[in-house]
Amino acid sequence: MVKDLLYYLIFPGFIFMAVTGGLLAGLDRKLTAWLQFRKGPPLIQPFYDFLKLLLVKETILPARGSIVTFLAAPVFALTGAALSGIMILLPAFNYTPGFSGDISVIFYLLAIPSFTYILGALAAGNPLASLGASREMKLIISYELTFLLILAAVIMKAGMTIRINDIIQAQVIQGPFIGSISGILLFIVLIFCIQAKLGLVPFDMAEAETEINHGAFIEYSGSAYAMIKLAKYMMMFILPSFACIILLGGMRVDGIHIIWTILKILGIILLITLIRNTNPRIRIDQAMRFFFIWMNLLVIIAIVLILFGL
Amino acid sequence: MGLKDYCFKKSLWLFHFGGASCNNCDIEILDCLTPRFDVERFGMLLVGSIRHADVLLVNGSINKHDKARLLEIYHQAPKPILVVAIGACGCTGGIFAEGNTFAGPVDKIIPVDAYIPGCPPKPEAIIAGIVKLLNKKQTGI
Repeated sequence: MVKDLLYYLIFPGFIFMAVTGGLLAGLDRKLTAWLQFRKGPPLIQPFYDFLKLLLVKETILPARGSIVTFLAAPVFALTGAALSGIMILLPAFNYTPGFSGDISVIFYLLAIPSFTYILGALAAGNPLASLGASREMKLIISYELTFLLILAAVIMKAGMTIRINDIIQAQVIQGPFIGSISGILLFIVLIFCIQAKLGLVPFDMAEAETEINHGAFIEYSGSAYAMIKLAKYMMMFILPSFACIILLGGMRVDGIHIIWTILKILGIILLITLIRNTNPRIRIDQAMRFFFIWMNLLVIIAIVLILFGL
Repeated sequence: MGLKDYCFKKSLWLFHFGGASCNNCDIEILDCLTPRFDVERFGMLLVGSIRHADVLLVNGSINKHDKARLLEIYHQAPKPILVVAIGACGCTGGIFAEGNTFAGPVDKIIPVDAYIPGCPPKPEAIIAGIVKLLNKKQTGI
């Protein structure tokens, strides 16, 4: 019982995800700085930011707006991120205490942070925040269908199973899914979905700093904003590891395999950072068209290829 | 120096308030964020919302219209907040000090933690001012 609790809270649970996610977010900022020929902040900068927001700064509540929803939204965002991470990482590291997650639960849990950002923004009573919330809503509508189609394709590839363990087992037997044409197509689409889920450029229109002043998060300050930041850092680790599991052949931590796992995660982070630094922010209608037409088309091609066994 | 103070000094987020400025100071502030001077290596970040800010950069002469807005911005900021007056106009009023619409230098309106004089101050001077601000013993936490 105590051991199970340690799995959930320490490794590979909450603390591990928070620390790794913070380091990956720091790496993202460092890589961004190097790409712009700057020196950049130290690697542990996200921890300074988080501790400053949590310990030092005052939390300001909106005068007109729902205070309970405003303060509950970051808590639920953090809970959703942590739960989805545990559901993903426990089967990945081969621990099976109690419930072993299936892929549809993970799909719902991964959507929770974005939904809570919308709720918090609408409770803030700020016009720019509601603008950010409406953009986030449209973004969710556009990428969630694509994400669901990717999961459907992965389930078909794994032989109609929705359990994470079985998907990893299928990849152990027939090789990682990315080794086929359909797998490569799915990986390209999944990278763009991750980009949109993390709210990074080119899909950061919901929190466009230069345009609507952090949009959905404009009214957050102090410890409430610290929680949102922590949820974002954790998603920075969770989504690449999810991509690792469903397409790149799982994450093993025993022996020499741990180096492969780290390289996979770092490779995906590098890819995300490169896309984010070489693209402009697109408009919300362009993003919807991008996902509805082109990305869905790619996934459907991949599904047809899977039906032909490619 | 405790953990709170250390983390605060390592991660100052800047919010830029331009009064009735001639825009030279604004350009020099933006220069500090470019690859050549890069204040992000000290953990500083330009943020768009005053709710996230730790440092309020004020430049330009503050006239009667700006005064109300500056006060509103200052009251909207989460405490503790540091205020830096940049440029001759922000520090003393400069050539506008005796103007008809001038509403006093920044420190007559809100408390100021650091002054960076110059017309406009060079990016090196702004970074020197920031380092002095970081080395101040009491940051009001």
